[in-house]
Amino acid sequence: MQTAIFYILAGGLLSLSYINDKGKTKKSLKKAWKALENMLPQLLGIVLLVGVMLAIMNPDTISSLIGSSSGWMGTAIAAIVGAITLIPGFIAFPTAALLLQGGAGYMQIGAFVSSLMMVGVVTMPMEVKYFGKKSTIARNVLAFVYSFAVALLIGKVMGEL
Amino acid sequence: MKNIILRYRFFLVMAAVTIGLSIINPLAGEKAVDMTLFSFKEMISVLPPIFILLGLLDVWVPRETMIRYMGEGSGAKGILLAIFLGSAAAGPLYGAFPMAAVFMKKGVKFTNVLIFLGAWSTTKIPMFLFELSALGARFAITRLIASMAGIFVIAHLVDKAVDKKEKTVVYKNASEMN
Repeated sequence: MQTAIFYILAGGLLSLSYINDKGKTKKSLKKAWKALENMLPQLLGIVLLVGVMLAIMNPDTISSLIGSSSGWMGTAIAAIVGAITLIPGFIAFPTAALLLQGGAGYMQIGAFVSSLMMVGVVTMPMEVKYFGKKSTIARNVLAFVYSFAVALLIGKVMGEL
Repeated sequence: MKNIILRYRFFLVMAAVTIGLSIINPLAGEKAVDMTLFSFKEMISVLPPIFILLGLLDVWVPRETMIRYMGEGSGAKGILLAIFLGSAAAGPLYGAFPMAAVFMKKGVKFTNVLIFLGAWSTTKIPMFLFELSALGARFAITRLIASMAGIFVIAHLVDKAVDKKEKTVVYKNASEMN
């Protein structure tokens, strides 16, 4: 649905651009391709890595890692698992719901979901290419720490603390 | 040729790992291939419009305009635009990196680039709706509010952690990329 909107938007603007200036449109498409080509090698590697990861880290494995231990220890494990895995949202949220049913607490799920989305250990080499080492490390470390703050808040709101 | 192998070494290593996994555990190997094809399809469907928009932005929108809206001194306007653009995005976080590079090239303030990255990572609208249905309103809304606050805090702390010299290098690098 959202992807469709993006295609319509991109297609519309591209046509508009073409009507106004063919040369500029050609240049913009060249730039688009160059930007894509620039990140393609790492992207393809990451797609494979995610495949291998999901084959090994299925919901059962994650559940045994996060679901079994609760408290801060469980939260820490959840945050670490979230930080190193790269799982698309449409798999992550149902997995998180399954974990809840399997006995994991909201705090652990909060840490898992937050670090999963904000921390990207797997994509760090890519991030370094665009943002430099310092910024990448600072952002990922801070986001990791922040996922504990989110867990704490979620724990309070959901009445676990 | 040697150059291509060097550029694609990570991909080649991962391909070898996948093949290795398939030999050791055929079931897991099959699953890995399935998931790879799935993510690849997602990548192919989500990325083209993002890159087309990125190219158009680069060619059509003058640097002065981007600076006015999102550069130094753009204030709340720049922050809101960064959040909006990040939240409206589609696709995984790595899609945000080349877009961020064009932003930097166009003179967008570093904290705004970081806010954009933060919004893309965690406050994407379809993801929020998904979270809402999977984990409940109380959980999803609490996390959304916490994430919003976190995006600001992290953006400002990262901005502080990166000194001026490094920032100049990152911006120069971004301009040369496109």
